[in-house]
Amino acid sequence: MKTQPTKLTEAAVTPEAVYLNRRQYLKASALGLGAAAFSGASQSADDGQLSDPAPLWMKTQLNESTASPFSTNEALTPYEYVTGYNNFYEFGTDKSDPEKYGQGFEPHPWSVMVSGAAEKTGTFDLEDVLKGLSVEERIYRLRCVEAWSMVIPWLGVPLSSILARYRPLSRAKYVVFETVYRPEQMPGQRAFFNAIDYPYIEVLRIDEAMHPLTLMAVGLYGRSLPNQNGAPLRLVVPWKYGFKSIKSIQKISFVEQRPKTTWERANPREYGFFANVNPKVSHPRWSQAEERRLPGSLFSANRIPTKMFNGYANEVASLYQGLDLSVYY
Amino acid sequence: MRYFLASKGFWLVLGAPLYYVLYQIGQVLWVRPGALGPDPAQALVTLLGEIALWMLILVLSVTPLRKVFQFLRLHGQRRAMGIACFGYALLHWLAYAALLLEWQWATLGDDLLKRPYISVGFLAGLILLAMAATSNDWSTRRLSRRWRQLHRWGYLAAALVILHVFWIARSNFLEIVIYALIVAGLLVVRWPWFIQKIKMIKDV
Repeated sequence: MKTQPTKLTEAAVTPEAVYLNRRQYLKASALGLGAAAFSGASQSADDGQLSDPAPLWMKTQLNESTASPFSTNEALTPYEYVTGYNNFYEFGTDKSDPEKYGQGFEPHPWSVMVSGAAEKTGTFDLEDVLKGLSVEERIYRLRCVEAWSMVIPWLGVPLSSILARYRPLSRAKYVVFETVYRPEQMPGQRAFFNAIDYPYIEVLRIDEAMHPLTLMAVGLYGRSLPNQNGAPLRLVVPWKYGFKSIKSIQKISFVEQRPKTTWERANPREYGFFANVNPKVSHPRWSQAEERRLPGSLFSANRIPTKMFNGYANEVASLYQGLDLSVYY
Repeated sequence: MRYFLASKGFWLVLGAPLYYVLYQIGQVLWVRPGALGPDPAQALVTLLGEIALWMLILVLSVTPLRKVFQFLRLHGQRRAMGIACFGYALLHWLAYAALLLEWQWATLGDDLLKRPYISVGFLAGLILLAMAATSNDWSTRRLSRRWRQLHRWGYLAAALVILHVFWIARSNFLEIVIYALIVAGLLVVRWPWFIQKIKMIKDV
């Protein structure tokens, strides 16, 4: 029986305070004390931690996370919105659908299939994929192509540390990721009329995949990934639009030729391969020069100027030197 | 003006969506800031747009209901429904201009000229404005024949609205196809040839 985190009002949430004190909460839960032992405890992220259905090996690994210099110190988007406002069409196309309809999804046990131009290929249990790797907390900005953004405290490992285990060959130019195909647990995959084809596919250039910023996330807000956020593992590529950050990854393959991504196939004029956040290149139907940082309030949508590469230009601009980004969008 | 006064109860019905919107706004402001989600401005704009679209569908159904089912009761309420439709479309635009764009005229102009979905939406709005402004006895008297001609532009407005909704869609295409079919159906059904055919089927 799965327990669900309680949804609380905005007023009761103090995400930074809870999150920064999470180690105390976890120690307390290990000692059998409840969240109520701490005054001023907001329960949303906290409940998430205490009712985390992830296996013990994962919770242990997440508890040992360390901070990262890549984290931003901008205000966090509250847990209730990070886990309640999602684009994950496999569970439905409304923003509230993934939380509503994702409850029947079972992310454990999970295995990842690695194939293609690499020395080591095969099917590996998630525990083995992550074994011995140090989990880091990375607070990243996530910018959706729809011109809204969030700041999310992810827990994960650099993608490069995972990929290195499989020793990709020199002829591997791209890495292809595929979301699980499980229509019996993902109602959006069995809908009659679909905007996109399943399974969802995303592709990174090998240098993008191996970049220190690219994260394979396995948790957020101190707990394992909720189903609606892409359990049990997903990419976070913070300098690209959010649709590149593929969720619930089942397959990874190293290839020479670049296949088209799902959104390239659905609408090549609007969604390109690189999808780098770029205020100077509008989406054909709307401008990308600004974004709404969520949560906004009714009379103040919290509009901020969009930064080149989502503010990660120092770290990634060199990957695209000489590339005309208005053509290669 | 007698139609206005005669349908006070009807205004209650037409205003129901507005009461719902005001209730949601009240929730967001004083009870639960997350009532409309983390992007309440966007949610409100979308909500008002959906209401306006349903009002349009309602107005367009009056004549088909009369011609196909001999349902006459709504005919006198057409004026009120048309004005309500324009009212919600206006609120939709105001919410977008005030809450999403915060009255940045440069961006408003930019959007209007460069984003086709906004241009067609605005055009539809202008047509509805002209129709709402002439929805009174004085206008029907002054314009006589031309009044009918002007109000036929409502069909174009309906088509532009479907285009507007289609062009903003990213994922909910099924919903939009259904809207398009409903609107198309309501327009086709006015065609005399079509009405004859339906009557023939019914009389059999």
